[in-house]
Amino acid sequence: MKATANVKKAAHLAEPLLRMDRLPHIWCPGCGIGATVNCFASALAKCGIPREKIAVVSGIGCTGRVAGYVKLDSFHTTHGRPIPFATGLALGNPELKVVVYSGDGDIVAIGGNHFMHAARRNVSMTVICVNNFIYGMTGGQVAPTTPEEARATTAPYGCYEPPFNLPFLAKSCGAVYVARWTAMHIRHTTNSMVEAINKKGFSFIEIIAPCPTVYSRLNRLGDGLDMLKFYRENSEIRNGAATEDLDITFKGKIICGKFVDREAPTYLDRMNGQLQKVLKDRYVPWGVPSKTGLDRCVS
Amino acid sequence: MKATADPKGVLTGEHFLDGDWSCAEGALAAGCRFVAGYPITPSTETVERFGARIPTVGGLFIQMEDEIASSIAIQGAVWSGLKAMTVTSGPGFSLMMEHIGLAVMTETPCVFVDVQRGGPSTGLPTLPGQADMMQARWGSHGDYEIIAVCPNSPQESFDLTVHAFNLSEQYRVPVLVMLDECVGHMYEKVVIPKADEIEIFPRRWTAQPPGKYLPFQPEYDGWIPGMVKAGDGYFLHVTGLTHDEKGYPQMNAECQETCVRRLVDKIRKNADRIVRYEETSIAGADIAVIAYGITSRVAYAAMEMARSYGVKVGMLRPTVIWPFPETRIRKLAGKLKAFVVVEMNYGQMYYEVERLAAGKCETHLVGHGGGTVHDPEVILDTIMRAAGKR
Repeated sequence: MKATANVKKAAHLAEPLLRMDRLPHIWCPGCGIGATVNCFASALAKCGIPREKIAVVSGIGCTGRVAGYVKLDSFHTTHGRPIPFATGLALGNPELKVVVYSGDGDIVAIGGNHFMHAARRNVSMTVICVNNFIYGMTGGQVAPTTPEEARATTAPYGCYEPPFNLPFLAKSCGAVYVARWTAMHIRHTTNSMVEAINKKGFSFIEIIAPCPTVYSRLNRLGDGLDMLKFYRENSEIRNGAATEDLDITFKGKIICGKFVDREAPTYLDRMNGQLQKVLKDRYVPWGVPSKTGLDRCVS
Repeated sequence: MKATADPKGVLTGEHFLDGDWSCAEGALAAGCRFVAGYPITPSTETVERFGARIPTVGGLFIQMEDEIASSIAIQGAVWSGLKAMTVTSGPGFSLMMEHIGLAVMTETPCVFVDVQRGGPSTGLPTLPGQADMMQARWGSHGDYEIIAVCPNSPQESFDLTVHAFNLSEQYRVPVLVMLDECVGHMYEKVVIPKADEIEIFPRRWTAQPPGKYLPFQPEYDGWIPGMVKAGDGYFLHVTGLTHDEKGYPQMNAECQETCVRRLVDKIRKNADRIVRYEETSIAGADIAVIAYGITSRVAYAAMEMARSYGVKVGMLRPTVIWPFPETRIRKLAGKLKAFVVVEMNYGQMYYEVERLAAGKCETHLVGHGGGTVHDPEVILDTIMRAAGKR
């Protein structure tokens, strides 16, 4: 202690992005969410968008707590509903870059319908889904992402429902950018986040992350480090792979990479186009660049 | 904080409109520029009207995938800086309950419209009811206070929708517009004033700079925090969890007391300012009829009939239904022989009246399950019996 007492603690690179007055966070030792937030901090520094123009929306659950730790305009909403909240926020002020940061249960179980429709509409937002295969905060219940045979407290003899293949789902619904990484792929994840944040339209990143406290313990998979080793040995980068081939099995390969990066008109492009076509001069455009910034009425 | 309406949204003139359409016009006049909704009878005409009008005013209408999404999309829009509303009926109102709670907890000013139909469940989609009155008050879990208005004509649907937006901005609380199928689908003359004659309560932005601003510390009237919107550099945090004045979650009883107590008290302690009611022939009356929405118009006819038989009967019609005019009803209870409460349910506001009368006078309910308005003869019969004349 004596030797280090006079040494000023070096600020962590992520500090400017974090609400330091809220630390320590609630995440367990070995949890992968913190690593993804670290990637997010790096991505924000690199993405070239001013910090005040980025908003984070979370739902409920372990990953849902991200909104509470990032020093951005941040909204911690209800379970499953960050995407419709983000839809209102992003359409209300198209100048904002809205990032939905939540877990697999939040995004594709209770919030699955909203995920589908926001992707279909191609509302400009980035959805970052941390997938730990289980409901962590409530203590280890089965999720629509739990691999078959894996155990959960509500699947005590092993899961027998087929899990969602999230990149396939996202692509099918219309997402213009789709990637999957694990919490071990720090640089890949960061780069994907930069690309997704700068992408016009609905972008989606799945990050497979360890949950040592419940998922690994219930399934005897070791601690967080063991999970990262598992990812290193069992993940394979296959950029551009067909999304229907990305199913995840209990102890099988995890295919990672960027699978979709395409152009499509956004919700506002289509709305402005159609209404302009029909209403002509009577139409008051929304979110279209003009001399005074974006055309938009704010009371 | 007096201001008048932005003329862009105001359709000044005399119109022949139904209550649903005039509600949409009220929203536009109040400055609402974002509506999210999902089709459901008998409320759909409101979103149809708004969706047709907003592209030439400047703003957005989006039909969401369900009422859950609609009721939170509007809250995202509010934090982007807009005024916003959602519109629904019966089953859709049930789906929205969690997000009424979110708007209460996060003090998000917004408006929810419920065009009431017969229930429970799918009930009577095309026919009237007034059985969501207690759901309006208590439907979301947890303890809170709410404001709700209750129009009885298309004209009032316009006026009270404007008022609902104003109250939501003043108190930073979701305000409910409790229409019913009859008022929603009834066509009458609606006069929309000039924009500069429509009083608007503008959003109260904070006067504090970033760094000093505490998003949930009262800044106005001793109760109400100042607003900011996303993108202004405040880096605010908004959560549905129990939170301190910074907006940070605090999981303890002390913070729960501070946080929720203020949410309740900002309405309770201002209730006498918020209540609004109309009285007819109450002075010298022995009996007061209490009715709201479409039912008040039938009850009015019954009251007139009773008066023609020499009964001293008046009427109290709340136009703001929550908070309920408690002070006034308590006072009247000491002077009257009876209250006759008329509503299209099996007793909801009736129990409030019974509680406030506290045994000082009789209370009678004329209620039925909805599907049609009351028969004035049935109301008359109860008034006559209360007067001891039958």
